[in-house]
Amino acid sequence: MAAPGDAKERERARAALIGGVYSNHVALAEVLADARRRGIEECYCLGDLGAFGPHPDRVFPILLDYRVRVVQGNYDHSIGNRRDDCACGYTDPRDNHFARLSYRYTFDRTSDRWKDWLRDLPVRLDFSLGGKRVHLCHGSPRRTNEFLWESTTPDPFLRKLFAATGADVIACTHTGLHWQRELEDKLFVNAGVIGRPENDGTTEVGYTIIEAAPERAAGVRAEHVRVAYDHARLAAEMREENLPAEFIATIETGWWTSCLEILPGKERARGRF
Amino acid sequence: MTAALLPPGELDTLWFQVGGTLCNLACEHCFISCSPENESLPLMTLAEIEPYLAEAEALGVKEYYLTGGEPFIVKELEAIVARILRQGPVSVLTNGTLVTQARAARYAQIAAAVPYTLEFRVSIDGFDAASNDAIRGAGSFEKAMRGVAALVERGFLPIITATQVWEPERDGEVVGGFFRELRARGYARPRLKILPRLKIGAEEKRTGGYAAEERITPEMMEGYDAAQLLCHSARMVSRRGVHVCPILVEDPRGFLGRSLARSMVPYPLEAQACYTCYLYGAICSNASSRVAADAAGY
Ligand code: SF4
Ligand code: SF4
Ligand SMILES: [Fe+2]
Repeated sequence: MAAPGDAKERERARAALIGGVYSNHVALAEVLADARRRGIEECYCLGDLGAFGPHPDRVFPILLDYRVRVVQGNYDHSIGNRRDDCACGYTDPRDNHFARLSYRYTFDRTSDRWKDWLRDLPVRLDFSLGGKRVHLCHGSPRRTNEFLWESTTPDPFLRKLFAATGADVIACTHTGLHWQRELEDKLFVNAGVIGRPENDGTTEVGYTIIEAAPERAAGVRAEHVRVAYDHARLAAEMREENLPAEFIATIETGWWTSCLEILPGKERARGRF
Repeated sequence: MTAALLPPGELDTLWFQVGGTLCNLACEHCFISCSPENESLPLMTLAEIEPYLAEAEALGVKEYYLTGGEPFIVKELEAIVARILRQGPVSVLTNGTLVTQARAARYAQIAAAVPYTLEFRVSIDGFDAASNDAIRGAGSFEKAMRGVAALVERGFLPIITATQVWEPERDGEVVGGFFRELRARGYARPRLKILPRLKIGAEEKRTGGYAAEERITPEMMEGYDAAQLLCHSARMVSRRGVHVCPILVEDPRGFLGRSLARSMVPYPLEAQACYTCYLYGAICSNASSRVAADAAGY
């Protein structure tokens, strides 16, 4: 965190929040280019760089190139600490099968140098934006692998998280679906993910821009931005790498085909499967 | 023998024994021996629930479960569900046999009006009448399946919960059978949860209880992720007051007074049912039972 009075700190009025990348280096490059076109200099990634997609090592140079600051996700923690599985904990044997496949794939193709880098990522980042305290985490401020879905995250629970962190804005990812809620003078954001589409039948992905907004009670507003990218290229790479057809179908159709059991009923009902 | 003492986490999950021990069925494996005659725990009213909801709001509770007995016996159930849904997501655990078309339609209306999810968990223990009814009583399979169909028609995706009353080798066959049967009845994307048996209540009489050595010892808790256990972050409220968990509602050792805040105290895991939790994790929640919690801390 920059020291108070730091010129850079005072200037900061906007930041891009990028959720799970899942090895989607094509979308990552596109999203960061989009943020740059908008003149946004501060980019943060909320973790889960690997999983699902092809060539896990390709995301790191892009992140470094754009000087993205990264929070550690559960996947990063597992890969970085050389765990034998992603600890996703699915009960459906089919989900488990796919989860294991993609973990193996990602693990084997992440170089040691990047494994160490993942291991050493911080589990939280705090900074100030327009004088407001922003807290970034992966799942929730209290647990890297806690799912915060819109339909299962009630206001009283959020109030508890705000009280515990002392933040004005809390942002996370991990679920794969973006949402936000203003609560009195606080703002909660789930930035979504850019690794795969949001189970809405489109191939686009999205990230979130937060911006100082003195007119708002929280002093900050969040806008979710959708980005089209060359998903056909990603799908082709996934095919070449023999990644599961179900994963490729998600990239090409925009519908989730696996690991659906984590979705609450309300969110799942909106999807196709 | 000294019991392992579980330090409490935060209260995330609050259960209400709205149906008490009253149920229109009397399943052979029911771990709290519910039946149409068992009134040891009576039904709950909205008025009785209110003070606990106020406390739960202050404590930042994340999700609510309604169980029994059979919640659909409770006349005020709709009002209770609508009230709690204003404050957080609700799961209703039911045997499904009392879910009519009209009821499903009203719950769909209630659920559409709030941002939080309303889930139904329907207990069915076999994918055909023969295997299910042997445990849950004659005709219960057909009625429960009709209840499921009514919920599905109104846009719900009920979670079918089956207690593992079959031999583990048959898991694949049984899961496949459930999926086939549910799809045939119009439930295109079934959600299924398999529960381990708890060898207490009626189930103790059915198959014999726990062996003496099936207990949690303090040594077993070393290096064990306590967050896996439901009682780490959950409490159960019945007409009597607060209980440590939904499993030990009838066990006097599970009673923890009348305040939720004061019930979050270290708890000795001395009951034998604790042993099943130890092996299977948070078996009662909707989520998968083996999610490892990576505590990052505030
Ligand atoms: S298992 Fe459920 S449905 Fe069966 S008697 Fe017990 S409470 Fe009723
Ligand atoms: S039965 Fe399970 S949830 Fe209840 S106190 Fe024992 S370990 Fe905890
Ligand atoms: Fe994650």
